Amino acid sequence: MDTWIQRQKNIIDFTLSSLLRRKRKNAALVCVYTLVVFLLASVIFFTHAIKREASLLLEGAPEMIVQRMIAGRQDPIPIHYVEKIQGIRGVGSVRGRLWGYYYDPVVGANYTLVVPESKHPEEGSIRIGQGLARTRLLDVGDEMEFKAHDGVIFNLTVRDTFAEKSELISSDLVVISESDFRKLFGLAPGHVTDLTLAVGNPREQSTIAAKIAAVLPDTRIILKEELLRTYDAIFNWRGGLMLVILFGAMLAFIIFAWDKASGLSAEERRETGTLKALGWETSDVILLKFWEGMAISLSAFFTGVILGYVHVFFMSSVLFEPVLKGWSVLYPKFKLTPFIDPYQIVTLFFLTVVPYTVATIIPSWRAATIDPDSVMRG
Amino acid sequence: MRKSNLFLLYLLINITLLALLFAHSFLGENGGSHALEEKREMVRQYQLTDLCLFTEASYTRHLSVADRHTPFQDGPMTLEHFPSGSILAPPGKE
Repeated sequence: MDTWIQRQKNIIDFTLSSLLRRKRKNAALVCVYTLVVFLLASVIFFTHAIKREASLLLEGAPEMIVQRMIAGRQDPIPIHYVEKIQGIRGVGSVRGRLWGYYYDPVVGANYTLVVPESKHPEEGSIRIGQGLARTRLLDVGDEMEFKAHDGVIFNLTVRDTFAEKSELISSDLVVISESDFRKLFGLAPGHVTDLTLAVGNPREQSTIAAKIAAVLPDTRIILKEELLRTYDAIFNWRGGLMLVILFGAMLAFIIFAWDKASGLSAEERRETGTLKALGWETSDVILLKFWEGMAISLSAFFTGVILGYVHVFFMSSVLFEPVLKGWSVLYPKFKLTPFIDPYQIVTLFFLTVVPYTVATIIPSWRAATIDPDSVMRG
Repeated sequence: MRKSNLFLLYLLINITLLALLFAHSFLGENGGSHALEEKREMVRQYQLTDLCLFTEASYTRHLSVADRHTPFQDGPMTLEHFPSGSILAPPGKE
């Protein structure tokens, strides 16, 4: 055993010396390789963490939402629809929800206005998200101007702001009283934006949805599982972000593989020929090439994964921000709850280290079976 | 020190760092459960349906309650033009 370990260590010593002789080329290779691993790791960590965060947060979302559709568009729903829905067996509570969008021409941003179910803010006051406060430079006690549906301008006082840590759900929120909401949008008293339902038995949801659609044919029903599925599907591999980065990574590996498979440089051929002339076995040369591949790919893999983690969970995915921000004026600053599992690391390993290793197998076999005489004669 | 020993030490340090990342993730998950519960309570209280990720258009702000054809209704010449539309996968029925 000891002899085996010593043999491996001797070959590693030689491999590292050989790599250091071509340090510029190998350093460039490790840098590009690390960048590819870093990008893939960042995307995998980010998408898994955000999907998980969404599924945990949206556990508190309404179990069922009923919207009224008129001429293919969502329309305010009459409050008397509540009675019709409550008559269906299995339906728990039914509540009217008041919410909408307000476009602020001052900064060109869209806000989400919400009337809470309980703990209404006083008339004339609002509670706002941090993103909005940042964009409009607002603080508690400041007044914010709103233009109502009839052109009348009225001011609402910022009573409170949401905590920074909740920005992922509250960044653009304006919590407003019911009377101010109706005054702003001119919504008739007998109407609400949509209805939310609580259902006692989750297995009855689809049956209840079918019954509502039969009783109220002008409605569209959205189930909670559909909300959750939306966020599961957003960042799947077909999504633009994943596809672009996967494509880039694959292209990089094709270049690596091409570089490796296209053969050895004259210097490498001479080195291998000399080693064989000095009495190295074919297995020794293969072992040398194996450790060469491992030294490069493992260095790049570990560094890339660690940097990817730091980027996503310590630096709030700062490199993805311009991509995610798009044309948004108001963008939330959020830190995702760290989440990695062995599955992600194994996926990354198979996406990065394995292709590189496979790409080096044939050249290393070719190198190992080289004829020393022909190489040394040039 | 031999180069091979340095290399093995380097690998060991990296494996330790990776283990520390797992520990950080595990602690963050448990330590963050209180903050998570607060946010979940907010979602419950305000009956929210979506994360505030893309605020550039109404149909990207509330993805789960938006119509699939909304982008085309914003204007007669409006194909999907918001950058986030190219990041998101189209909503799927599974």
